[in-house]
Amino acid sequence: MGCQNIAELIWPNAQRINNFRFDKMTSYIIRRLLYIIPIVFGVLLLTFVLFNLVGGDISLEIAGKNATQETIDEIRAEYGLDKPLFLSWDSQFINHFKNALTFNFGRARDREPVIDKIKRGAGPSLALTIPMFFCTLIIAISLSLIVAFLRGSKWDVIVLVVCVSGMSVPYLSFILFGQYFFAYKWGLFPVFFSPDLAMPQYVALPIIIGIVAGLGGNLRFYRTIMLDEMRSDYVRTAYAKGLSTTRVLFKHVLKNAMIPIITQVVLAIPFLFLGSLLLERFFGIPGLGYLMIDAIGARDYFVINAMTYISAILFVMFNLITDLCYALVDPRISFE
Amino acid sequence: MNKLQKPAENIYQKGRSLWSDALRRLRRQKLAMISFVVITFYVGFAGFIYLAESLDWNMQTISWEEETGDSYQPPSVKNVFGTDIFGRSVLRKTLYGVKISITVALCASFISLAIGVPLGAIAGYFRGVTDDVVVWIYSTLSSVPYILLVLAFAVVLQNKTIFGIKLTGITTVYLAIGLTSWVGICRLIRGEIIKRKESDYVLAARSYGCPTMRIIFKHLLPNVFHIIIINFSLRFVGFIHAEVILSFLGLGETDRPSWGAMINDARIELSRGVWWQMAAATAAIFFISLALNIFGDALRDSLDPKLKV
Repeated sequence: MGCQNIAELIWPNAQRINNFRFDKMTSYIIRRLLYIIPIVFGVLLLTFVLFNLVGGDISLEIAGKNATQETIDEIRAEYGLDKPLFLSWDSQFINHFKNALTFNFGRARDREPVIDKIKRGAGPSLALTIPMFFCTLIIAISLSLIVAFLRGSKWDVIVLVVCVSGMSVPYLSFILFGQYFFAYKWGLFPVFFSPDLAMPQYVALPIIIGIVAGLGGNLRFYRTIMLDEMRSDYVRTAYAKGLSTTRVLFKHVLKNAMIPIITQVVLAIPFLFLGSLLLERFFGIPGLGYLMIDAIGARDYFVINAMTYISAILFVMFNLITDLCYALVDPRISFE
Repeated sequence: MNKLQKPAENIYQKGRSLWSDALRRLRRQKLAMISFVVITFYVGFAGFIYLAESLDWNMQTISWEEETGDSYQPPSVKNVFGTDIFGRSVLRKTLYGVKISITVALCASFISLAIGVPLGAIAGYFRGVTDDVVVWIYSTLSSVPYILLVLAFAVVLQNKTIFGIKLTGITTVYLAIGLTSWVGICRLIRGEIIKRKESDYVLAARSYGCPTMRIIFKHLLPNVFHIIIINFSLRFVGFIHAEVILSFLGLGETDRPSWGAMINDARIELSRGVWWQMAAATAAIFFISLALNIFGDALRDSLDPKLKV
């Protein structure tokens, strides 16, 4: 209350300015929401150009080699490929938009509705990616704090060398060698997914491999952030007033490094839904990554189209949430 | 009195340009120079294969199709990395993979720079509607996960005939990578141009009636060129890894050996204990990536004016 009075003394219009900020905030949110429209439109345009214009009529491919004209026509009619591309209310262009906005993606090439496939795959994918992502994050951040503490020493150099080496090994090699040694040769984990296994059993090894493969890049990224913070004036002040290193690191540096970290984390979340393409492929986990690779092998444009659209929508949503959180939390953000 | 004046002479010392200064600092870093040698070796070898192929030299090292032993021979003196299922030397296949990989990475970089740099520069300089359109295009592209975008492009472009050119093998791969990865550089260049377009030298050029395109491409772009170089060197690794993944998924080169295809073969071979094809491809990728990572970092450290001490 005292504070309020002092604020009133120094700045008699404080209340009005707060209202002003609130109004600006509302208009910012509305503007930010409107901004989604062109992006969604753009994504739909992109998928239309890719799959309908460049990809073209794939009914011949679906029908197979010895199909009669009748079957081909039937397939064309089912996928709407017999309709004009533009310039009609019933054109492929309009239908593409209509279907996407109502989340009606039709049937995949094995006749199962695409949306059912995606719903089924999301679970296993998330079971794999969520633990992988958060473990990597926690390990990388705690290690980066330690490395920031040891900066310039022999250990710092060693960690950096290991990180860069880890980044240089191809992801595929991590997976293949990991699967070969840990599962096949030493039998510590099941080699392949099978429906009678419990979930922790079949996701354990892929998660470990994912963490090891992703740690190098992440650790180096967070190390840079931490070192940037370590150079700031407030760290020097904190040391100067006699705080212990642990307190400076965990209380001050970590808190300030949170802004870039949170951006990174929130924007990575929609990609978790996608699963891990290669890990799922190798371990036969029936998630969305596996679905995607199957679709590539079968040249199933319908599945790829749906996945592209859904992940773009998720990304746009999370991007909006990040921006709004910033605006709420950080008073320095302007609403222009 | 004389003693006091003496240090002042140093002020008139000739200043170093950004480039010569960067070169001087780069030379001091031994590791970066070693990496540079490794990179030159890879690129030089890729060029050598092109030369040998176009001039029809019959060299053993690059004739990967030749059978040099029985199927699945383990590493020996004759075949350093053993042989594959058809008895071909894995070493020769790996060396041939250098050509595919470097070609893809170079072409993809070229395409992404050719799209990203002019678009970013024009958007940043003109602002207004042009800027809005460019920002809209790249926000759209960046809202689709990168790997999904590359795969979608590669699947659609594979075996398509566009403008009378049939897209096969590595052409599909570098088109898919190049067309999808210009967003980063475009964003960077746009930001830099916005920052610099009101600088004195730009105002001076404008005041004496320099054509706009000349201002952008002759005056502004050379001043942001170091950003392009840094971005290029750091992206190159990503392109090599992307090529491996695309070839592994069967979207790349199918009738000539590439590292991705070798890893794909190794997937089945590993269970029979045949590890050498996998090891050879991994080693080849590892060394070029390590060299590029180290060199890219060193380049950034010596070219970025913000990091100068």
